[in-house]
Order: sequence, then C-alpha cells, then structure tokens
Amino acid sequence: MKKLITNVESCKSCKYCEDNCPKDAIKVNGKINSKGYPTVVVDEEKCIVCGICYNVCPDYVFEIHECEV
Amino acid sequence: MVIKSKPEACFVDNKYCPGCGHGIINRLVAEVLEEMGEEKKAIGAIAVGCASLMPDTFGIDCIQAQHGRAAAVAVGVKNCRPDNMVFSYQGDGDALAIGFSETMYAAIRNDNITVIFVNNGNFGMTGGQMAPTTLEGQRTTTSPKGRDIMATGAPLNVINLMKTLDVAYLARGSVDGNANIMKTKKYIREAFEAQKNKEGYSFVEVLSPCPTNWNKSPQDSMKHIRETVVKTYEMGVYAERRGDNA
Ligand SMILES: Cc1ncc(C[n+]2csc(CCOP(=O)(O)OP(=O)(O)O)c2C)c(N)n1
Ligand code: SF4
Repeated sequence: MKKLITNVESCKSCKYCEDNCPKDAIKVNGKINSKGYPTVVVDEEKCIVCGICYNVCPDYVFEIHECEV
Repeated sequence: MVIKSKPEACFVDNKYCPGCGHGIINRLVAEVLEEMGEEKKAIGAIAVGCASLMPDTFGIDCIQAQHGRAAAVAVGVKNCRPDNMVFSYQGDGDALAIGFSETMYAAIRNDNITVIFVNNGNFGMTGGQMAPTTLEGQRTTTSPKGRDIMATGAPLNVINLMKTLDVAYLARGSVDGNANIMKTKKYIREAFEAQKNKEGYSFVEVLSPCPTNWNKSPQDSMKHIRETVVKTYEMGVYAERRGDNA
C-alpha cells in the first residue's frame, strides 16, 4: 500500500500543498516545528497518494513509501 | 520502500524564505540531472542574489560567480570541460541588470550551456528593489509609487530578444501550481538534452514568487503570478530544438 510520509521539520507553512491537493486532504495547522512553523497534517482517509504535494512543495516535506498493510 | 522522495542533491533543508520558488526550481534542476544520470558530471555557475543560497544546500558541484557573470563563468567551464553538463542559475537582477551583457553574449555566440533564469520581478536578496523584469506599476522599494515605464523603460522580456538569435532552445515556465511545475520540468529537461546533444545555447526562464518582498502570502503570490505576471511574461516554448547538432 502506498503511503504519504511527511518530514514536518522541513515545513515552512507556505500552504502550497493545501492549495493544490485535489482531495482537500492536507491542512497546515499541525504541530509547530523547531523552526516555529505550524506544519502539515494529512487526512489519510481522503489522501489518494497522487504525489501532487511532493511536486509543489518548495521544502521537500513529502515522500511516498510502499508499506506493508 | 521509498517510491518517491527528494533528489539526493537536495540533501539538507534549503535556506529560502517560506514559499520561495527557488526551492522548487532547485529541486527540478536536481531531478532532471539525476534522471539524466548527469548529476556527478554537472557543474553549476551560481549567481549572486538568493541563488547564492543554493550551493550551501545543493549536492551538485557549483562555482559561485561574481554578480552578473554566471553565464560567462559557465561558458569558461564548458570550454574547458566540454563533456560536463554546465549550467548557470541566475535571478533577474543578476542576469538582466548587472549581467545583461554576459547573458546576451552567451546567447549571441550560441554557447553550448544551459541557463536557468529565475524571474521573481525584483532584487530579492537585497530587499526588493526594482529589477529590469519588474512589472509596470509594480511597487518595489525603489519604485514606491509603482514602476513608471516612461522613466525606466518597459519590463524586459529577454526571450523576445533571444528569439531573434540563432539559439538551440528557449522556454518560459512557472512554478504556480502542479501543472506548470510539471511543464517547467519538461522545459529544463529539454534544455539539458539540447546541451548534451551539442545543439547550443538553451535558456529556461521560470516565473517564481518572492513572497517576502512582494508583501504577499505565499498563496497570494502564486495567485499573482497566475493572474497578473503571466500577462507580461507568457509561458511556452519560444525556440524549439532542431536536434541537428548545429
Ligand atoms: C558587484 C555587486 N553589486 C551589487 C551587489 C549587491 N547585490 C547582491 S544580490 C543583488 C540582487 C540580486 O537580485 P536577483 O538577481 O533578482 O536575485 P534574487 O535575490 O531575486 O533571487 C545585488 C544587487 C553585489 N553583491 N555585488
Ligand atoms: S527574498 Fe525572495 S527570492 Fe530571496 S529567498 Fe526570500 S522569497 Fe526567495
């Protein structure tokens, strides 16, 4: 099963992922990282792991992994 | 198992402001070079400006050029090492203000290098001064009432000048949104392929947000590119590759 992984320490809260996610699965209102930015939260129920967030992110927050179910 | 993750060259967090387009463009350059298997043999000539933050966080060999001279440095490196992939990475103040001559003469000579040109409409690093690319009416720290083109001339569309020359490849992309980022990546790939095929000068301009100096949120900055900047700087391919080793 494909899964979206987030490296929230790299997040700078630009919200491009929130703007571009076709399933409205991302909100940037999560825990504040050590740089002081509120970070991304992914709703796994809604996420279809399309990778658009990876593509629009200037800070390389997203990865896609293949995980055992 | 990792299916998709950042390119190896982006080995550490970049130093750009939140929402800066440089982060996306750095990644596209790294992805293209890695996909072509050229990352170990590539050499970047890096401009002064926010581009100069790149070598600290970019795991591909780079030389820091003096302000405006990145294209000339790239040509020098290419002449010495013709088998290496050589590119310059420059902002609009660097490439079109202080470095206009170096930029244009590399194109005029059809030198076999690739120029990645980041158009964010101002001098980002020094605090948002007017650049040659600044839009008509755009407020900057040196045009506080908006750019008056009667006094400064019109925004410089460098691709319009270059398309009159014999060059290998010219394109303008943007980082506003997924579709345009994908297209821009294709343009960057074509540009490097042209160099690999010894076709001559390739130039990709990328419209990019500078939220800090535009005094806009990152989201509003992307909207501004989509709704306003593209009216002055239309996206597309302006010189197609002929693929003939000319
Ligand atoms: C010879 C010289 N003149 C002026 C400067 C100051 N300076 C540093 S960055 C910069 C402007 C860079 O703007 P741009 O190329 O648009 O890049 P951005 O920061 O927007 O990415 C200037 C004028 C310098 N470093 N060296
Ligand atoms: S000043 Fe502008 S160009 Fe420079 S890092 Fe910040 S947003 Fe990017």
